[in-house]
Amino acid sequence: MEIEKITSIIPEAEISQTGETVVKVPAEKLHQIAETLLNDKENPMDFLRDIVGMDWGEEGLGALYLLESTRTGARIILKAVTADREKALLPTVSDLWKTALIKEREVYDFFGICFLNHPDMRRIFLREDWIGYPMRKDYDMNSNPLRMDNEENADMTDEYFLRPDGTLEGRKNVVFGEDDFVVNIGPQHPSTHGVLRMRTSLDGENIRKIDPILGYIHRGIEKMNESLTYPQTLALTDRLDYLSAHQNRHALCMCIEKAAGIEVPERAQYIRTIMDELQRIDSHLLFYSCLVMDMGGLTPFFYGFREREMILDIFEETTGGRLIQNYNMIGGVQADIHPTFQQKVKDFIKHLRSVIQDYHNIFTSNVIADTRLKGVGVLSKEDAISLGCTGGTGRASGWANDVRKHHPYALYNKVDFKEIVYTEGDSFARYMVRMDEIMESCHIIEQLIDNIPEGEFRAKTKPIIKLPEGVFTSSVETSRGEFDVVLESHGDKVPYRLHYRSTGLPLVHAMDTVCRGAKIADLIAIGGTLDFVIPDIDR
Amino acid sequence: MFLDYYNLSPLLMQIHAFLCSVMPEWLALTLEGLVVGVFILVMYAVLAIILIYMERKVCAAFQCRIGPNRVGGKGGLLQVPADVLKILTKEIISLKHSDHFLYALAPFLVILASILTFSCLPWNKGGEILHMNIGIFFVLAASSIGVLGILLAGWSSNSKYTLIGAVRSGAMIISYELSIGLSVLTMVVMSGAMDIQTIVEGQANGWNIFKGHIPAIMAFIIYLIAGNAEANRGPFDLAEAEQELTAGYHTEYSGMHFGFFYLAEYLNLFITAGIATTLFLGGWMPLHIAGLDGLNMVMDYIPGFVWFIGKTFFIVFLLMWIRWTFPRLRIDQVLTLEWKYLMPLSLVVLLLMTVCKVFGLTF
Repeated sequence: MEIEKITSIIPEAEISQTGETVVKVPAEKLHQIAETLLNDKENPMDFLRDIVGMDWGEEGLGALYLLESTRTGARIILKAVTADREKALLPTVSDLWKTALIKEREVYDFFGICFLNHPDMRRIFLREDWIGYPMRKDYDMNSNPLRMDNEENADMTDEYFLRPDGTLEGRKNVVFGEDDFVVNIGPQHPSTHGVLRMRTSLDGENIRKIDPILGYIHRGIEKMNESLTYPQTLALTDRLDYLSAHQNRHALCMCIEKAAGIEVPERAQYIRTIMDELQRIDSHLLFYSCLVMDMGGLTPFFYGFREREMILDIFEETTGGRLIQNYNMIGGVQADIHPTFQQKVKDFIKHLRSVIQDYHNIFTSNVIADTRLKGVGVLSKEDAISLGCTGGTGRASGWANDVRKHHPYALYNKVDFKEIVYTEGDSFARYMVRMDEIMESCHIIEQLIDNIPEGEFRAKTKPIIKLPEGVFTSSVETSRGEFDVVLESHGDKVPYRLHYRSTGLPLVHAMDTVCRGAKIADLIAIGGTLDFVIPDIDR
Repeated sequence: MFLDYYNLSPLLMQIHAFLCSVMPEWLALTLEGLVVGVFILVMYAVLAIILIYMERKVCAAFQCRIGPNRVGGKGGLLQVPADVLKILTKEIISLKHSDHFLYALAPFLVILASILTFSCLPWNKGGEILHMNIGIFFVLAASSIGVLGILLAGWSSNSKYTLIGAVRSGAMIISYELSIGLSVLTMVVMSGAMDIQTIVEGQANGWNIFKGHIPAIMAFIIYLIAGNAEANRGPFDLAEAEQELTAGYHTEYSGMHFGFFYLAEYLNLFITAGIATTLFLGGWMPLHIAGLDGLNMVMDYIPGFVWFIGKTFFIVFLLMWIRWTFPRLRIDQVLTLEWKYLMPLSLVVLLLMTVCKVFGLTF
């Protein structure tokens, strides 16, 4: 349907159907097509899921644009290529989707593709004086020896645009002016939930602007993946968002299984779904603990950790790991569940239902907690979609975006559960979404735990897995939003490019929008309710 | 009177007379001053250790934990002394680009304010250290030196975090001093005296909180809230606000310089509770109920300092309970609470108490 619309505008659009449908559009027409798709009446493509930078070698540099309609759930992938490697230029779409503001910076950082008319073309993960673009296939690994000098952050940024005669022109934009009182929140700070740095401009206690600086723990996982075989790539997904370890790995396994045509046994599907939900409860309990601690209440912190410990014990018995479990495998799971697993999970859920009221008594109904959260940090639904804030954050703003409901995978179309949606969009709604989701996850597990069928827990796979050529994607709902895997295969036993959608990157980007005008104390509370995890941003 | 069983002043007078008989009076006074000074400092340190230990155990109980349990037997009794020893051996790091004199002065100002206030507490009958007829006034004056130390610490460290912490603290302490002052004034109206010993002795036939009924109870609650804010403790600990400003105004301090801030914080907690005990719960005065002479006599057998310390620790426990239950307030909420609610309310309470006193409605 969308494809017809595109071909009606530009008949020369190339459509490739290997794996996912990818529509290749000429770079100069990209902005026009994107605008048409966004402003469509009945099926607006208003959610830019991700921009995936690519180096196709001979074909040139470019990017994949993953679009989705929040109204119908229809999805489409656009591909734009520029052949000039020295002066790679693409038009920006940041005026259409705000999330492109940060995602195009990521592509610029790693591929050196300059986005025309993007107001802020700075590097985001790497040092500002980095030489070369590391995700290009011809990048020289020795071009950046370890530097011991400090990095100076410029207060100015560049914007590029084309003159009518086709020459490139630059302009300087101001990030922080002379009279801005800039405080560094991070990279070593107790409440940034990892090594995140936010340059925060203050007016007294009020926040004027936040500029996130990322990459302090970037490990180049996507680059490493290009030299690892498919079973080897699995080891790294648990290290992305370590509080969604099962779900991340589930997504990658699903993507590879879909591409290789591997049928997953029913028993493995049950186990995967239960593990995903246990992981979600684990993550939301930690969210509760961290949020209350960020707000200065240390006692409820221990409540959350007490119950989380029980989940970790259950994980440990079956998988051998507590934080990082390495449990999902291509075609199933690593090992069968422990004989006492079902009983322990049932006992745990019974226990959790009996203590969850304590959580609400000590924090939710506390007058200080209420005044600190209600009406603070409001994110409108339009902003949430435009910024790509998926997961609980988006659902708190009234955007029904649960992948489990709208694009079901594993057993989610067989179980009965509610999608928790609040409309207020403030910190309190974001908090309540997670608290309610704990109970929904319990409900899902209860439907499955007694019905795990007998049989294989893992399908037999070939020792060496080779995927057919094409672009493959899969998406799951992790503990903090939509996690996508985009895999381009050229028929080898290693991926040509394997990209993960970061659930946290749009959330960190949203900090600036949400926090403006709020107080420093609110910044911490809002950061807590947005619930980002840094290793998932710094992949 | 049975009350005089434990009166210390005859004993102290005898000692003074004895010293004066063997040496000139100026020497005797100097010697006594030295002994009392050492006594204050030792008490100060010992109480700090007890309070820190208590905080750890109370906090652990609220958080479903055990608390210190390794160093010094099962109760972990030696944990805090060990920590004190550790902090004494830590290096005091001096900062580049800071105002060295003010930086070094700030912790001493904070601890000085704390010790001066500490010396005014009525430990026992005849056991007061600083005695003057405007004692409670002196307490208010001395305790506000502390904020100067906090502001200087934040300013001289030359760091943005400390500056924000210090400004927060300054705004908060100066605001809450109004409520404290007004609720103290309420009790001064009630007892008709500013001398701490007179206030305590006026409670011989019933503590002020019972005698002053409604206005006294309201003043007590206002005092506890404002005193908690004065002592910079949760939910009013936004000057330190670990999660926002790492450690607030003392971020850049190390070793014993930091130790002074830490010590002063705990002792300020004790002093806040001690003044509350003096004003509302009768100080060292045993529990007396008018008319029940048998009970009053039994109560008199318990020494005054036991009463004082017992009541003070009870209030310290209340304040710890609050700290380990509530999340932190935001700066604008803290100031709203003071200026829009507590301060007008304490003015009303003061008025109410005056009316009660004038028409003889207090017991």
